[in-house]
Amino acid sequence: MLMHEMIVAQYLLAQITDEAVKQNARPVAAKISCGKLNAVNDEVLCFAFEAIAKDTLCRDVKLEIEHKPLQAKCKDCNQIFNVEFSKPQCKKCESRDFELLPDAPLILEEIEFQTEKNHEKNKN
Amino acid sequence: MISSPGSGKTTILVRTITELQGRIKIGVIEGDVQTDIDAERIRATEAPVVQINTEGACHLSAVQIKKALKKLPVDDLDLILIENVGNLVCPSAFELGEAGKVVVLSVAEGDDKPAKYPAIFAKSKALLINKTDLLGHVDFDIERAKTDARRLNKTIEIFPVSAKTGQGMADWYDWLTKTLKRTNSQQ
Repeated sequence: MLMHEMIVAQYLLAQITDEAVKQNARPVAAKISCGKLNAVNDEVLCFAFEAIAKDTLCRDVKLEIEHKPLQAKCKDCNQIFNVEFSKPQCKKCESRDFELLPDAPLILEEIEFQTEKNHEKNKN
Repeated sequence: MISSPGSGKTTILVRTITELQGRIKIGVIEGDVQTDIDAERIRATEAPVVQINTEGACHLSAVQIKKALKKLPVDDLDLILIENVGNLVCPSAFELGEAGKVVVLSVAEGDDKPAKYPAIFAKSKALLINKTDLLGHVDFDIERAKTDARRLNKTIEIFPVSAKTGQGMADWYDWLTKTLKRTNSQQ
């Protein structure tokens, strides 16, 4: 069974490689963001990425993973709050009647390239 | 449609397709690690079906769905049901372009699953509690499963069903039909 993060790592590697070839530059870092329901474990994803990037032009890429909180809107007081799985209730009025807002998708936010002359950042 | 392996997803699909025949034209995308056993079962209903084998991967991805859609007569269909790889964790994390997720939990798996695997229950529009014909033989507290599923998702529709005997399936068909109408009128 191919582990979950390995598949995410393969997609990342393909995307970063494509961009590196287009830019003709060496990628050194990549920033990813994901929601709370994305089932991505940082340590496992970095390990998987390192393992498959080892002999490629992405070998120096350091992954930075930002976890965005899962938010909900209270149906009683309209407060928007971060959901805690252990205690799912409105932070303001403690109501348990709330609507989950869409969880942040898994996104490759930023790739950092190093050229021979200078450091360049490419945002997308 | 997402669940653990063996919860009865394919049986639910087969019964749904058969009993809605003439009312809703359904196509199916089947996801499995290996084999086309599930596609064969769908094919027997004469519904168009595409089998995806993930060759080890634990979930379907949007790229695979895009390719599979090209093999379905989409213009002749009212509804496409995607059966994800049997797994309660990974498939919940990947959007496939679907209009909604449905989670299946069979009573033999235990009533603690909504609490243990909150992501998929939080993201789903409907929960089918399947194999209710086994309720007398297993310790499954249906109220506990419902309460835990609703802790993060107040609006989740819950249907206790037996895809084997057909019990409870009519409510699921009603919901599916209404949801389909509503989704189509929004688009």
